[in-house]
Amino acid sequence: MLSRTASELYWMARYLERAENTVRMLDVTQTMSLMPLIDADNSELIAPLTITGTHEPFIARYQRVSMDNLLSFFCLDEENPSSIFSCIRMARDNAHAVRGKIPSEVWESINSTWLEIKVLRKKGINSNNAQAFLDWVKERSHLFRGATFGTIMRGDVLWFIRLGTFIERADNTARILDVKYRVIQEDEDSVREFYRWNALLRSVGAYEAHQTLYKSLSRQTVAELLILRNEVPRSLRASLEEVEQLLAQIEGNAGHEPRRLTTILNANLRFGRIEDVFSEGVHNYLTRFLTDIGAIGQSIHRAYLEAL
Amino acid sequence: MLKVHLPGPGLYDEMLQPDGQCRSHYETYWRWLNQTEEKTIQQKKEEANLLFRRVGITFNVYGDEDGAERLIPFDNIPRIIPATEWQQLDKGIRQRVTALNAFLHDIYHEQRILKAGVIPPEQVLANAQYQPCMQGVDLHRQIYAHITGVDMIRNHDGSYYVLEDNLRTPSGVSYMLENRKMMMRLYPELFRQQRIAPVERYPALLLQTLRESSPVENPNVVVMTPGRFNSAYFEHSFLAQQMGVELVESADLMVRNGKVFMRTTTGPQQVDVIYRRIDDAFLDPLAFNPTSLIGVPGLLSAYRSGGVVLANAIGTGVADDKSIYPYVPAMIKFYLDEEPILHNVPTWQCRENNDLRYVLDHLEELVVKEVHGAGGYGMLIGPCATKAEIAKFRELLKARPDNYIAQPTLSLSTCPTFVEAGVAPRHIDLRPFVLSGKEIRLVPGGLTRVALTEGSLVVNSSQGGGTKDTWVMEEGLC
Repeated sequence: MLSRTASELYWMARYLERAENTVRMLDVTQTMSLMPLIDADNSELIAPLTITGTHEPFIARYQRVSMDNLLSFFCLDEENPSSIFSCIRMARDNAHAVRGKIPSEVWESINSTWLEIKVLRKKGINSNNAQAFLDWVKERSHLFRGATFGTIMRGDVLWFIRLGTFIERADNTARILDVKYRVIQEDEDSVREFYRWNALLRSVGAYEAHQTLYKSLSRQTVAELLILRNEVPRSLRASLEEVEQLLAQIEGNAGHEPRRLTTILNANLRFGRIEDVFSEGVHNYLTRFLTDIGAIGQSIHRAYLEAL
Repeated sequence: MLKVHLPGPGLYDEMLQPDGQCRSHYETYWRWLNQTEEKTIQQKKEEANLLFRRVGITFNVYGDEDGAERLIPFDNIPRIIPATEWQQLDKGIRQRVTALNAFLHDIYHEQRILKAGVIPPEQVLANAQYQPCMQGVDLHRQIYAHITGVDMIRNHDGSYYVLEDNLRTPSGVSYMLENRKMMMRLYPELFRQQRIAPVERYPALLLQTLRESSPVENPNVVVMTPGRFNSAYFEHSFLAQQMGVELVESADLMVRNGKVFMRTTTGPQQVDVIYRRIDDAFLDPLAFNPTSLIGVPGLLSAYRSGGVVLANAIGTGVADDKSIYPYVPAMIKFYLDEEPILHNVPTWQCRENNDLRYVLDHLEELVVKEVHGAGGYGMLIGPCATKAEIAKFRELLKARPDNYIAQPTLSLSTCPTFVEAGVAPRHIDLRPFVLSGKEIRLVPGGLTRVALTEGSLVVNSSQGGGTKDTWVMEEGLC
């Protein structure tokens, strides 16, 4: 496969996954903003800005942190490169560049999403009608994934798309966890704590899985489920296992370095214990994880996407 | 009820005779049309637009602010050609393309036609499209134009004329294929009732032709595009996909040791045939335009030494130049010793004093075109022009007569077209796509372009023209 094609596919998937993760992040923020539990310093509302590292540009453009402003910034703001609108536009650009390489059903799912979001953008959204928009983005993401699984030949095109998806997902889950742990660690209120973990689990679609696997809800169980266990598809371990398998399936021998890095990181997750995560400190652990996943991303670029 | 406007007096209409009777090959369609509500056709038209938009069958417009992807208007009334008529066109096209390829080989080798005095040497050798770097280069099977688009029109007397030959990178074939797909989807009953010759083999024939252009046994073929902002990007991507080959941009290619390679996830991979949709001038910044960012350094030298095949060859533009066009019938006689089957439009060469004088005296009746113009730009349509425009062209002609040719205003035939006012006649042309490999191949039909504005003769998509499906009826049932 052309290196450029692999790169377009990889980034197309990353941007679409990022759009979906942004929705999940907003979902949990929106839920929390509706509860009478918000603390005085607005830490729940600020969380999305911390997760994405966009505090400064946000304040420069919107001055005040409010749910309406957050929605506007993260959903349809053209000037925010990580807004859902921007992600879909970039994913559509990538898909356009390789439209001949992906089945028409996959291309059409992305192209119609782009055409529809342009219309939605004209109407605008606020905290009263946001939920429908967020659900719509999730549905479009499911549709893309379904079309991908249902129609793409099982070969490098699919592997590079999936690779982008899981690198992005591992990165996102780690960021959400990191911020949520920082916010929640300092809280003494057990009711508030319950609802916060609950909302976090629901945002990554892991609430039911958690209830099946554990008897009660705590900081430890949530961390273990989303970092070290592979039952839920958005956990760090599940994502890394996918990355490891995908790298093994890609044609050719160029991927030695990303495979080496992935195998090491995956072994850490697979054999890691939650006690060790907590004794290192969740924040330190996740910071190290984000550095490692970044290094894997870099080495994928060098091995496949910028090949000479 | 459907409102049908009759063709104007003195015009040839593809479907209706002046008395409103339909021509025999349109009978089935005409009967169907008369039983169909206008609303139905309108709905089908909207359905088509929606589908085209969703699939992204668009073309990019340069300098358009609004993100710049437009649909080419699609008209859902077909243009129908009877089998016998097509057979004649088919023969004439093959003859013409054979002669054009022979001409290109000749002028880049012995130049017999110039030595014989059939074409003035300066017309060829001083032509901006003549590429001296091709002199003496031997091409596999001596094919220069692997893909040719022959633009044809039908005059008021019903006979066909070749308007121009496109030997560089003729586009539009994806619309021919997509229009057919759309018509079969919208009107399956019409396809069941009649034997309409299929065109779907084109991508397979194109791949076969490209493979035959290389002496390599199992050549690696790619399509080369200037990129996703090019106006014909949809077509480039479509053809690569239909042929199952890579669509490359210049940055994907590199030249090493006289061979061309593409960068892949498993390392460099050799490329044998490039169906390039990039003009000569941009192919290789080392050889042509040094500022080109869409070229591949060293490509020309690899090409000249036989390391890679380019389709079409470099330097084919000299044969589709408007100043060479008048000599095509002479080429047919010279190389094939045959009478031309297809007519040329009579052409005045303004570089000739007598011709220029005639043209200046008759500007109001003539069409004047720039020798290198394309896309409907830089032309004067005398009968439709204002006095000021005519005066302006008179000055242009006097200043640079060699830059212009003139032709009589032909009344392009019309075809009923679905417009706001109902079904009304609009002017059309026809571009069949001709493939030259081991043999010449073409699918029955081509792209019919239609001037959607009432009375307009300009069918180019960049000037707001549309397209329609072209049906060649198979023998027996038309």
